[in-house]
Amino acid sequence: MEQVILETAGLTKSFEQGAAVLKKIDFSIHQGEVVVIVGPSGCGKSTFLRCLNLLEEAEGDILLEGKIINKEKKNIHRYREQIGMVFQSYELFPHKTVLDNVTLAPLLVQKREKEEVRQEAEKLLSRVGLAEKAKSYPRQLSGGQKQRVAIVRALIMHPKVLLLDEITAALDPEMVREVLQVVLELAREGMTMVIVTHEMEFARAVADRVIFLDQGEIVEEEKPEEFFSYPKTDRAKKFLNTFHYEALEI
Amino acid sequence: MQDMGIQVLFEGINFSRLLAGLWVSLRLALISMVFSVALGIFMGMVMASRNKILTVLCRIYLETVRIMPQLVLLFLVYFGAARHLGIDISGELAAVIVFTFWGTAEMGDLVRNALISIPRHQYESGYSLGLTKAQVYRYIILPQTLRGLLPSGVNLLTRMIKTTSLVVLIGVVEVVKVGKQIIDASRYENPKAALWIYGTVFILYFAICFPISRLSIALEKRVKG
Repeated sequence: MEQVILETAGLTKSFEQGAAVLKKIDFSIHQGEVVVIVGPSGCGKSTFLRCLNLLEEAEGDILLEGKIINKEKKNIHRYREQIGMVFQSYELFPHKTVLDNVTLAPLLVQKREKEEVRQEAEKLLSRVGLAEKAKSYPRQLSGGQKQRVAIVRALIMHPKVLLLDEITAALDPEMVREVLQVVLELAREGMTMVIVTHEMEFARAVADRVIFLDQGEIVEEEKPEEFFSYPKTDRAKKFLNTFHYEALEI
Repeated sequence: MQDMGIQVLFEGINFSRLLAGLWVSLRLALISMVFSVALGIFMGMVMASRNKILTVLCRIYLETVRIMPQLVLLFLVYFGAARHLGIDISGELAAVIVFTFWGTAEMGDLVRNALISIPRHQYESGYSLGLTKAQVYRYIILPQTLRGLLPSGVNLLTRMIKTTSLVVLIGVVEVVKVGKQIIDASRYENPKAALWIYGTVFILYFAICFPISRLSIALEKRVKG
C-alpha cells in the first residue's frame, strides 16, 4: 500500500449550540488515491473538508504524513500550504488578473523565482485551456473558467493532497463537464484528492473509494461499483434513490 | 466707467489674498483627511472585529460625533482646552483635531462597511493557499477594501473642505474670513463688494469641490465596472 498522506483520528466537530456535526471520524487517504464523499445536505461533508484544511477547529487529531497538524496555531499556514483547496464559489481574488491570482501564493509563500512561477502558471493555464485568459480579470470569465483557474491556483503550490468542495455546485449544467474533465485528468495523473460532490456519475467515474456520510458519521465506505450498485444500508439506499426519477404513472 | 464693484477683486493684492485663504482651508482639510484615513482604517478594522466591547465603544464614538455639530466640537476643543486644561492651542491645530476626530469616525464606519462586505471565503481562500493572516490582509483584503472606499472617501473630503468654513468662528483666517476682511476694508468706497467677493469665494469652492466630486463619480463607475 502507498504511503498515507492525510488521516484523522476521532475527529469531532460541534458548533456552539446543538449536536455534533462530525462524530469521531476516522479517515485516511493514501498517496494517489481519490476519495469521494457523498451524503445528504447538512451531513457534515463540507465541514469535514474545512476541518482537513484547518479552517475549522475540531477535536481529535488530523495528521499530514503522520504528523499531527491541528494542535499548534503557529505553523498553521505551513501545513495549509501543502493542502490545496478549491471552493464551491471559486473565490478568485477580483482585484488581480488570472495570472496574478495563480502566482500570488507561490511567490509570497514559497518564495519561488518569479520567472519560473510565471512559466509554470502559463503551462498549467494552457493545460486547462485558459492560456489566453492570463491577463483577464475574474469578472471577465464564465463560472466554469473561474473554477478552472481556481484549480490551477491550488495546483501550482504542488499540494500533497487536493480538497475539492462541491466545485461544480454553483455552475450552469453546460459548464460542469469542462471542470470535471480537468479533475478526471488529475486523477489519472495520480493526484491525491478528497472530493465532495453531488454529481453521482462523476463520483462513480473518478473515485477509488466512496464514503457515505450521514448525520456526521461514516455510514458506508466502499469501492464505487459496490456502493452505487449494491448499497448496504437503508440510509445509503434512500439517499441514492433521491437521484432517480421514475415516470409518473397516470 | 460705471461703478460695478468688480474692481475690488483686482485692487492691491486682494485676489491673491483670497487664494491664500483658500489654501488655508484646503490645507486644513487635507491634513485632517490624511490623519482620518490612517486612523479610520485602524478603527474600521477594530469595528469589523468580533470584540464586543471595542465595537460598542467605537459605535458610541461614531454616534456622538454624528450628533454633535462640528461647530460645538470646535468651540469645545478651542475654548475648552484653554479654559480647563490651560493649554493655548492655535485655531488651526484645534481645527485639525476636530476634523480628524470627525473624519476618523466617518472613515472608520466606511472602512467597516467595506470590510464586512468582503465574503468570508476571500479570507479562507487566502488562508488555504498558505498565506498568513497579515499577508491575507495586506494582499487580498485591504486592496479590495480601499477600492470600494475611494468614492465615499473622496466624498468625505469634499464635505470636509466645505465644513472648514466654520473655523472662522475660532479665529482662523481662511478664505471666507479673508473675503469678509476685504469687504469690511472697502465698505465706504465700494459698498457692492460683498456680492463680488462672496461670489468669488463661491466659485473658488466650486472650482475645488466640483472636480473632486466628478472624480468620485468616475471612480465609483470604475470600481463597479
